[in-house]
Amino acid sequence: MNRDDLLRELTALDFVAVDLNLYLNTHPMDCEAVQEFNRVIHKAGQLRDMYEKAYGPLTANRASECPWQWFEDPWPWQSCFNFYLPREECR
Amino acid sequence: MWMYEKKLEYPIKIKHPNPKMAKAIITQYGGPDGELAASLRYLSQRFSMVTPQARATLNDIGTEELAHLEMVGTMVRQLTEKASIDQIKAAGMDAYYADHDKAVYPVSAAGVPFTAAYIQSKGDPVTDLTEDMAAEQKARSTYEWLINLADDPDVIEPLKFLREREVVHFQRFGEALVIVQDFLNRKHAWAVKLPCD
Repeated sequence: MNRDDLLRELTALDFVAVDLNLYLNTHPMDCEAVQEFNRVIHKAGQLRDMYEKAYGPLTANRASECPWQWFEDPWPWQSCFNFYLPREECR
Repeated sequence: MWMYEKKLEYPIKIKHPNPKMAKAIITQYGGPDGELAASLRYLSQRFSMVTPQARATLNDIGTEELAHLEMVGTMVRQLTEKASIDQIKAAGMDAYYADHDKAVYPVSAAGVPFTAAYIQSKGDPVTDLTEDMAAEQKARSTYEWLINLADDPDVIEPLKFLREREVVHFQRFGEALVIVQDFLNRKHAWAVKLPCD
């Protein structure tokens, strides 16, 4: 996977985790959703590792090579950091 | 505490500068129904909230709003960064430019600086959660008006994502309110000393 594909997939999985997190806060007994949350977190963890190995740390609490890697461009608000999502054509 | 993650919740990659659109979108950065007000409201209210479900809901939605604040700031920046002075003047953004250049500063669409008077933290959990539900609806409406003003899919797609999140948050706050009301109606709850309540 190239950087855009990896980041696209990770962003999608992390979003599912955020959404399930909010859902589970008010539905703590939904064990099927807990299971799905655990599955998504596991898969996202694998992709996060792959991304960080290739493109640098996503959070500052990671072991760094020298020189220090965390501050490196691009930052997420810079357009070159981001990727395009496939979108529906206008009808 | 918080840990910053170096990515957006939803990607933003805007090709064409549009300071006129930035001037409208900035209201979701520092305006009355914007993401700064939302995060500050929920993250302040959580300290006095009752029930673990409602506390977690305020904590986690407040946290997600910070990610939305970052998305809105990113949109404003990308819409103005490459704009020419002529485009800025034509967009009526010259007053903002005089004070802030192309920096991102929390104001409403009409240029009113952010104020904590936009939010409340009342100490009554029913009052606070009811305000939160209204806040989500006001933000949803704002995103709809912004989508009406936009014509660039690079802008419309993230606005649609943000609008959808308001709908989900409204739902979660509604569920938290039911849980809190149920908790408050259980009279015996007041007679028992709970470990952390």
